[in-house]
Amino acid sequence: MTSSADITISDVSLRYGKGAKTVLALDGISLDVKPNEFAVIVGPSGCGKSSLLYLIAGLEDLTGGRITVGGQGIEGPGPDRGMVFQSYTLFPWLTVAQNVEYGPRRRGLGEAERKALVDHYLEEVGLASFRNHYPAQLSGGMKQRVAIARALANDPAVLLMDEPFGALDSQTRHTMQRLLLRVWDHSHKTVLFVTHDIEEAILLADRVFVMSGRPGQIRKVLTVDFPRPRVGDIVLDPAFIAMKREIMGLLRSEDDDH
Amino acid sequence: MSDKSAFSAALVPYRPISAGLSVTLGVLVWALVLGGWMYLANGNHVPAMFLPDPGKVLATAGKLAMDGSLWSNTIASAQVVLIGFVVSSVVAVPLGLYMGTYRAVQAALDPLVNFIRYLPVTSFVPLFILWIGIGLEERVAVIVFGTFFQQLVMIADAARSVPRDLVNAAYTLGTKRSTTVRHIVFPSTLPAVLDVLRVTVGWAWTYLVVAELVAAKSGLGYMSLKAMRGFQVDIIFLAIAMIGILGLITDQGFRLLRRVIAPWAI
Ligand SMILES: Nc1ncnc2c1ncn2[C@@H]1O[C@H](COP(=O)(O)OP(=O)(O)OP(=O)(O)O)[C@@H](O)[C@H]1O
Ligand SMILES: [Mg+2]
Repeated sequence: MTSSADITISDVSLRYGKGAKTVLALDGISLDVKPNEFAVIVGPSGCGKSSLLYLIAGLEDLTGGRITVGGQGIEGPGPDRGMVFQSYTLFPWLTVAQNVEYGPRRRGLGEAERKALVDHYLEEVGLASFRNHYPAQLSGGMKQRVAIARALANDPAVLLMDEPFGALDSQTRHTMQRLLLRVWDHSHKTVLFVTHDIEEAILLADRVFVMSGRPGQIRKVLTVDFPRPRVGDIVLDPAFIAMKREIMGLLRSEDDDH
Repeated sequence: MSDKSAFSAALVPYRPISAGLSVTLGVLVWALVLGGWMYLANGNHVPAMFLPDPGKVLATAGKLAMDGSLWSNTIASAQVVLIGFVVSSVVAVPLGLYMGTYRAVQAALDPLVNFIRYLPVTSFVPLFILWIGIGLEERVAVIVFGTFFQQLVMIADAARSVPRDLVNAAYTLGTKRSTTVRHIVFPSTLPAVLDVLRVTVGWAWTYLVVAELVAAKSGLGYMSLKAMRGFQVDIIFLAIAMIGILGLITDQGFRLLRRVIAPWAI
């Protein structure tokens, strides 16, 4: 029913700016995400996590290397790669339902089809009763739920998420994590998710990619094989804590290097 | 007790106040201004030749309304403002949006626009009279010249400040680069564009009066100039009041329009 693709990133580098002010954000980074996989990237601030997602989304042009999604090279942005941003990016002039409908409308879907998609995805994120609200009338968590519904309504082959819950309080964040896992369980999209929160990373991920400081490279890949669904008190599991400690160690030694 | 809380709310920065208090305050300031005027005009503090009594202005308004000259002059002015403002806005809004969105358009227009923008419109009035004469076209030209470049710069600013990630999100949802202005920049800046129009229509009135003072055979500015020659200060006051009232109506009109077509923006 839904599409899902792999992501390959080989030896990719990205340099911002020219001349003396140039910044090397990524330096020969390589990683692969399998179809249907939930992959999470953690790394120190400024190591190039957002940059990597922008490259996959086609919002930046890479300096070197190659990225493919479903075997296709990246040529600019497109609806096959959905993205949820850390900042709120709902269109303020559209209602919740119209925001979700935006992508399908751009793709030229008919009204009945669009309505079915809107109904389905608003139901998925639990906001069916807010369909006629404007974004300004929603809380931060609700806005990000609409943003997820909006991205999924386009049936993208991959879903890129850049710290989507970073601005939320921890209670809302937990609710959002459970909601995202449930939605992912239904759609089984390939997800590449960036976060600062190690617990969030382990809770969500099939695999966690730990990045080194700028210029970013992959420092370690950890496979998370806790059974799903992962319920609340899994965070107290000794294996969970051990993994958390390992990632913290990796990130901390990063700090010491600088 | 509710009186007390209404009063204390007024002392809190940015705190909304009740509709009643809001109206009361507005009326109070008007009453003060009118009261001060009456005091100065009636108590022989200022000679009637310079400051007419409000009652006198009202009586004159009645007289000129009856003989029709008040309406014909008001309509003449409003017509010029409307034509000039519409001509200017119809070009400035789309061009400003493209200027703020595409760096190439900005690079092409910025140097010229910023040069012209600082030239006083009044200095062009003699030139326009020489070129186009003293008809309606000349006054329209003054208004267009006075408002167009200001609108262009302000609308371009609004377009430039559309959050980059809003545009990026639109791209990841299938928006084409070629339709970004239509699908994202225009709706996103609509409230700001309406505010620009609301502010610049006031400037259009200013330039109109300037144009009418120099060369016109009808209009509120012309009516004032004629009255000055005949020392009819009440008519000058009337003309000013008419412009003020029209300004107030236009302003409220734009506010209403904004609420109707951009209800999401607070
Ligand atoms: N548009 C840009 N122009 C110049 N430099 C940039 C630009 N965007 C990012 N950078 C630089 O590239 C580096 C990586 O930025 P990026 O936003 O990808 O980091 P990040 O890992 O997402 O950080 P954070 O966790 O704080 O969000 C940073 O040093 C940043 O200053
Ligand atoms: Mg980032």
